[in-house]
Amino acid sequence: MSLYRFGSALLGAAILAAPLALPAPALAQANEQFIPSLSYRTGPFGPNGTPFADGYLDYLKMINARDGGINGVKITYEECETAYNTDRGVECYERLKAKGPTGATAIVPLSTGITYALIERTAQDKIPLLTSGYGRSDGSDGRVFPWMFTLPATYYSQMDAIVQFIKSKEGGSLKGKKISYIYHDSAFGKEPLPVIQRLSKELGFDLSEFPVPNPGVEQKAIWLRIGRQIRPNYVIMWGWGVMNPTAITEAAAVGFPRDKFIGVWWAGSEQDVTPPGDAAKGYMAANFHGTGKDYKFMRDIEANVLKPGQGTGEARHVGTVLYNRGAINAAMVVEAVRTAQERYGNKPMTGEQVRWGFENLNLNPQRLAAMGFEGFMPPLKTSCADHEGGGVVRIQQWDGKKWNWVSDWIEPNRKMLREMYEAGSAQYAKEKNIKPRDCANQS
Amino acid sequence: MDAIFDFLFGPLKEIWAYPTFFVEVVVGGLLTGVMYSLVALGFVLIFKASGVFNFAQGAMVLSAALSFVGFTELGVPQWLAMLLTLAMMVALAFVIERVVLRPLVNQAPIILFMATIGVTFFIDGFFQMLWGEDVKRLDIGIPKDPIEIHGVLVNTFDIVAAVVAGSLVATLAFFFQSTRIGRALRAVADDHQAAQSVGIPLQTIWVIVWSVAGIVALVAGIMWGSKLGVQFSLALVALKALPVLILGGFTSIPGAIIGGLIIGVGEKVAEVFWAEKIGGGIEDWFAYILALFFLMFRPQGLFGERIIERV
Repeated sequence: MSLYRFGSALLGAAILAAPLALPAPALAQANEQFIPSLSYRTGPFGPNGTPFADGYLDYLKMINARDGGINGVKITYEECETAYNTDRGVECYERLKAKGPTGATAIVPLSTGITYALIERTAQDKIPLLTSGYGRSDGSDGRVFPWMFTLPATYYSQMDAIVQFIKSKEGGSLKGKKISYIYHDSAFGKEPLPVIQRLSKELGFDLSEFPVPNPGVEQKAIWLRIGRQIRPNYVIMWGWGVMNPTAITEAAAVGFPRDKFIGVWWAGSEQDVTPPGDAAKGYMAANFHGTGKDYKFMRDIEANVLKPGQGTGEARHVGTVLYNRGAINAAMVVEAVRTAQERYGNKPMTGEQVRWGFENLNLNPQRLAAMGFEGFMPPLKTSCADHEGGGVVRIQQWDGKKWNWVSDWIEPNRKMLREMYEAGSAQYAKEKNIKPRDCANQS
Repeated sequence: MDAIFDFLFGPLKEIWAYPTFFVEVVVGGLLTGVMYSLVALGFVLIFKASGVFNFAQGAMVLSAALSFVGFTELGVPQWLAMLLTLAMMVALAFVIERVVLRPLVNQAPIILFMATIGVTFFIDGFFQMLWGEDVKRLDIGIPKDPIEIHGVLVNTFDIVAAVVAGSLVATLAFFFQSTRIGRALRAVADDHQAAQSVGIPLQTIWVIVWSVAGIVALVAGIMWGSKLGVQFSLALVALKALPVLILGGFTSIPGAIIGGLIIGVGEKVAEVFWAEKIGGGIEDWFAYILALFFLMFRPQGLFGERIIERV
């Protein structure tokens, strides 16, 4: 071996061995909690995905700026654009799941399609999947879906609450009344069908169903049938994106009263009522949190993030329905980490530890006040078996300028819904050969 | 057997029983069909003059509407915003001709088609970057109230939209038939090389035709934008024009109009009277089925040119 070759080999070996020779502190785990953001700011659903993503990130930034992180653990984050496509959502998940010192804290896919694609993957990778107000409702059964969390409410809860609201408006009985259900022809729109079909039989109302093909830019035929032929007492809509303003415009075009028209909470944002203008006055939608900026946590975002020029998006999104929904989603993840830290110590939490946190969340009035969420959302408590935790829903109405509450918090029929969740999860467990956990033995 | 009989004739009984409602559906279909034609026109103009299927027409509709609303949000009066957007669309036509089309002269049509897909992504991204991705309201003062004419419900907005589309078609027909540029354009459409040999400048004609398609996109963008709000989904209305083009023919302006009307009426009647029997939501794909049915008898579309290639 020549001297040159020997020297090169020595140098190569030294370079390869260098990391092993680093002092111990340099290899220590960074005191950071990595929270990924699967967002969509482009494509047909970009106008809705953008304020959600802004609210999500602004809340995390606020926790860092105001509190120095979660009990001293700094939050790091990274956004990945899914464009609301399931394949890209899975790609984003695979890219981000192992980042940070303890991997992804939780996944918030903001898409029922991506949720379905990630249920098994997240369980395998031991990462909690948070689907606030979307995804599969029977995922609330924590015995079969230990890694999935549907808090604070599911589509099943929402549909039941909407029908209860209509019932109260119709004098306490729906017998002989007509309700039309217009829905996005996808897993999202079909999800609450079992609930409304069951309620139709139990409460005695006539149900007519109208699937709308994606994206829903043309609905004249459907609305002619609803407004001129069926003439229902109420219309319930499960729409997303351009489908919603189109439906409101067409409802007005056939003279269907907007104050008899109630949308899912994904059809209850400013983006849905702005294009129809005055035609949207009186239109209602469900919600599971407050709107506007008059909450302590919003003032904290204003002071710690927006004023110093650290806001993620445009200021006009702040306080809108979808911005606030992004914030509440981020808050749920942060609270799950905080709850887990109470048990495992103030350090970065692993997916398994965060899962425990999600399963033992107790957002009572005192905790909500400490979070600055007083009046923004009702109390919530999860358990091993109940991953929904709350399930209460409120109805809001658009007055042409802003959303106003027109109902109190509506408690859905927990007994009926639990029965339906368990039926769905039992079916899933059978298909996937899953043995449900015994929650009596869980600590 | 009963099920087939019920599927085929059940709706006909319903039509017979509710004739006024049937008329309402047909009128609604005709008025929607005119809106489809408006988008289809842009495709026809470019295909007629250059043989290029312009995939970017939907993106042009979006970009025109975004720019128009963007200017008005800056405080520019609507008439001036319209002029500025027109100027923008002409500028876009220049850029496309110079950067995309000219280097690809004499390339196969599929190459030009692929290039327009690239143009689509550029326009979508660039104009959303310029004006933002928010949903924007577009109000040009046309009332949207329903009115009843002899018991038939129609929407004021739809009637105005039909009148606007009709006027645009009449203007374009006059432009193509009776002006010097129109004749030159038709000559280019018939035979590029022959047109060039008699001194018709191909590049200039392309710029003109892309500019006219841009103007049509602006009108379509304003009408559709008033209905849906100005947002990315406007680009998707181009998909509604495809069955219209298949049915009407890619080279005929009257074909775009008649095709739009047939598709509009066909899909509405099918959705209202037949959809329930097969699960609903058939409007979108039924338009294509209808177009393909016509193709069985006239492969070139109702008004398209019959192309015979001899080898």
